[in-house]
Amino acid sequence: MSDENLILDIEHLSVRYETEDGIVHAVNDISLKIGKRCTLGLVGETGAGKTTTALSILRLVPNPPGVVECKKMVVDGKDIGALTPRQMEKIRGKEVSMIFQDPMTVLNPVFTVGQQIAETIEIHEHLSKEEAYEKAISMLELVGIPGARAGEYPHQFSGGMKQRVVIAIALACNPRLLIADEPTTALDVTIQAQVLELMKNLKQQYDMSMVLITHDLGIVAEVCDEVAVMYAGRIVEQGTLEDIFRNTMHPYTEGLFNSLPNIHNRQAELRPIPGMMTDPTNLPPGCAFAPRCTYATEACNRKVPDLRNAGGTHLVACTAYDDPQFCIDRRKEHV
Amino acid sequence: MSDAILEVQNLKKYFKTSRGMLHAVDDVSFSIERGKTLGLVGESGCGKSTTGRVLLRLLEPTAGKVLFNGEDIAQLSKLEMRKKRKEMQIIFQDPYSSLDPRKTVQQIIQEPIQEHKLIRNKKQMEEHVLKLMETVGLAERLVNAYPHELDGGRRQRIGIARALAMEPQFIVCDEPVSALDVSIQAQILNLLKKLQREMGLTFVFITHDLSVVNHFSDDIAVMYLGQLVEKAPSDELFAHPMHPYTQALLSAIPVPELREKNERVVLKGEITSPIEPKDECRFLHRCVQSCEKCNQAGPQLVEIAPKHFVACHLIV
Amino acid sequence: MIDKTQNTAPNKKNKRRSISAEVWRRLRKNKGAMIGLVIAVLLILMALTAPLLLDYKKDVINQNISERLQSPSLAHPFGTDDTGRDIMNRIIYGSRYSLSVGFIAVTVSLLIGVPLGSIAGFYGGKIDNFIMRLADVFLSIPTFLLALVVVAAIGQSTFNLMLAVGVTSAPSFIRVTRASVLTARNQDYVEAARAIGVGDLKIIFRHVLPNSLSPIIVQATMRVGSAIITASTLSFLGMGVSPPTPEWGAMLSGGRKFIRDYSYMTLFPGMAIMITVLALNMFGDGLRDAIDPRLKR
Repeated sequence: MSDENLILDIEHLSVRYETEDGIVHAVNDISLKIGKRCTLGLVGETGAGKTTTALSILRLVPNPPGVVECKKMVVDGKDIGALTPRQMEKIRGKEVSMIFQDPMTVLNPVFTVGQQIAETIEIHEHLSKEEAYEKAISMLELVGIPGARAGEYPHQFSGGMKQRVVIAIALACNPRLLIADEPTTALDVTIQAQVLELMKNLKQQYDMSMVLITHDLGIVAEVCDEVAVMYAGRIVEQGTLEDIFRNTMHPYTEGLFNSLPNIHNRQAELRPIPGMMTDPTNLPPGCAFAPRCTYATEACNRKVPDLRNAGGTHLVACTAYDDPQFCIDRRKEHV
Repeated sequence: MSDAILEVQNLKKYFKTSRGMLHAVDDVSFSIERGKTLGLVGESGCGKSTTGRVLLRLLEPTAGKVLFNGEDIAQLSKLEMRKKRKEMQIIFQDPYSSLDPRKTVQQIIQEPIQEHKLIRNKKQMEEHVLKLMETVGLAERLVNAYPHELDGGRRQRIGIARALAMEPQFIVCDEPVSALDVSIQAQILNLLKKLQREMGLTFVFITHDLSVVNHFSDDIAVMYLGQLVEKAPSDELFAHPMHPYTQALLSAIPVPELREKNERVVLKGEITSPIEPKDECRFLHRCVQSCEKCNQAGPQLVEIAPKHFVACHLIV
Repeated sequence: MIDKTQNTAPNKKNKRRSISAEVWRRLRKNKGAMIGLVIAVLLILMALTAPLLLDYKKDVINQNISERLQSPSLAHPFGTDDTGRDIMNRIIYGSRYSLSVGFIAVTVSLLIGVPLGSIAGFYGGKIDNFIMRLADVFLSIPTFLLALVVVAAIGQSTFNLMLAVGVTSAPSFIRVTRASVLTARNQDYVEAARAIGVGDLKIIFRHVLPNSLSPIIVQATMRVGSAIITASTLSFLGMGVSPPTPEWGAMLSGGRKFIRDYSYMTLFPGMAIMITVLALNMFGDGLRDAIDPRLKR
């Protein structure tokens, strides 16, 4: 993919948190390229490093205790690593916006929603207070909230509506890249459906790229174009929806699919991934997933597998594929 | 007839608020057979958690009967109720707040037994606790650990061990896996299923996640704003959902598969207020269909197919 | 509800760490708190051993007019007061009064405040309302005035001084306890105890109070300092202990007339009060930082 078509180009990002209980290796050597108008689903469970990765893009990793090391981080042509904090502030909310997980605590309870949307606009676009407020009202309408409610306070809205307000704030300045961290996890499933529909429509309308962080493969199937699966701070598998859903390669991804209760495919028993998530303060020398992997061999414990091309857009980091005959069970079922 | 361990008749629970009477649970009736699982499903504000608590009399019912093995527990005295508690327990949603942070695993699990003086010998107690830990898959070495040293999955297992300590017949599971990671969820669900098989437990499984309840329940009851809108055996409910809300709920679940997008039922608006509800179908304002009867009176729960109950004017 | 902690695997160090042990470990790292603790311990030791080192009649209250108003020297490191008594001896012995007033006053506050606050927090409703309004009434009267009134009512003596100061501090303990109990009461583990069949009183003692202790302990530590000051102030005004008791506040008062030429008479008692209260406050601050917030899960 040529560089002009990339909205996000990260190479060799690592983040560690130096705490008194040890060094937490949250993100370990990640490289990502996201094209314009593309939605990437960043999938993984708690502790996989997804949120930390997102925070790194916006340079919001708290320091101390976080230490960020990155060879290259380019957002829409701009080298993020080289920017001063002042310049970085101009980017946040304007070029790159973020939606956080819990809408209940993200909005300031003492300001009206209109004021909070207008605040972003005032900071980034050179409009007067009145003009900014006008625009704020139109943003509210865009996300499906009557403009007349701009004068109300966050506590007067339900969870789903608060999340819409948060989306309005994020989109107010037409960002090129939207990072959404589990935007619907805290919402009821019917409200989640509404918000996901909204996000899909806005994506089209605004012609923007999105990084959607989630643990829900169902949401990924609905909203995303590409997927990157993370485990213990590394990307273990990456590709298009087709690649990941129909051509699953990594044992962890397979494990995720097997753990999911699926209403259209009701098996007698779920097949959970055995064992526990790796301790990020004590990563093994080899593949972090090996202790829980049903296909693991001695070779897996020796060194961390590289993310290698497995055909076209599909990348996978698994030593087992050194053997060209190797195939996971899920793949066998589909073939 | 079948062996109904629990029968709920016209259960109501109202709360007084400054804006009027909040109808959290409004005239709910159902029964559960021994050894089976009833899934109680709905979104926030539907009253499922409140129902769960009233079943155990952790909240006093405003009206109605809760018949446990034929006996109305709402009428029992405090002392009698205390004894009954040995037979009915609860597993909580939040593995972080459901365990006393100042007690060790041993102390948490043995509290119910100590309280009811079921085992007096210290050695026997320790053995019993270790056996329970083994049953729920907790390593022996954790017996003197504190909750904050353990992760969500292990904490939830402690909660399960505590619930099992007195060998109850009936357990209310209030969203037991919602706060856990996907791979841990699966482990805990499998554990609960195994325990049910081996110990003949009856569960009420409260959740908002329809895909989870499907794997776990024999029957499912769908609640909306304090009322039961549909109840059917699991297979039947998923194959033939009748109530518009159930249909919307099912279609709203994102499926982890690449398929042609189904016609999704997207509901209008937001949930209405449970305070002083009017005498009409409570789902009316969000329903994509309606008829004249819908705003005249609330629909009753009617059996339209064997064991399949629906409350909807359009269907009945 | 996704668990946001970064470390999801259990503690590999295999030490069974109770919350108290964790607090102590964090506290040890706080230099200020440790200094405060050491000073406080030294003061307490001084107070306890004073009768062994000094003879009350001879060293502390015996007047010796020929030696009056002497500046600090080798024989009298802090000088002598207007009746010839050695100030250093009086300060050492005086620590017994100041510290005991501080600790006993706080104990009285705890005995009144914690039960009332627990009941208010746990039961809520009318009981809560009644207790809080009562506390409000006491809080609205200036602390010092209230203490004065109590002493005037029950008579002037060292013990009554402790009672008076204790009563005036009680409302703040009612508040702190109530707030803490309110939080603990809403936790699921309280409901779990109910589901087991544990009675209310047992729930309060076994589950709620142990988990509400932290803010109460911090408050108590801080309050010892202010209790000492209130007691000193009362004594300064002559409403506390009676002469010749070597209480620091009374010593301050006694030195007032001589402050221009013999400032050491007020300097040393003043410093003694200051150092004691400072040490206790530094320790209390450190304790609060060590307890909150990381241990709240």
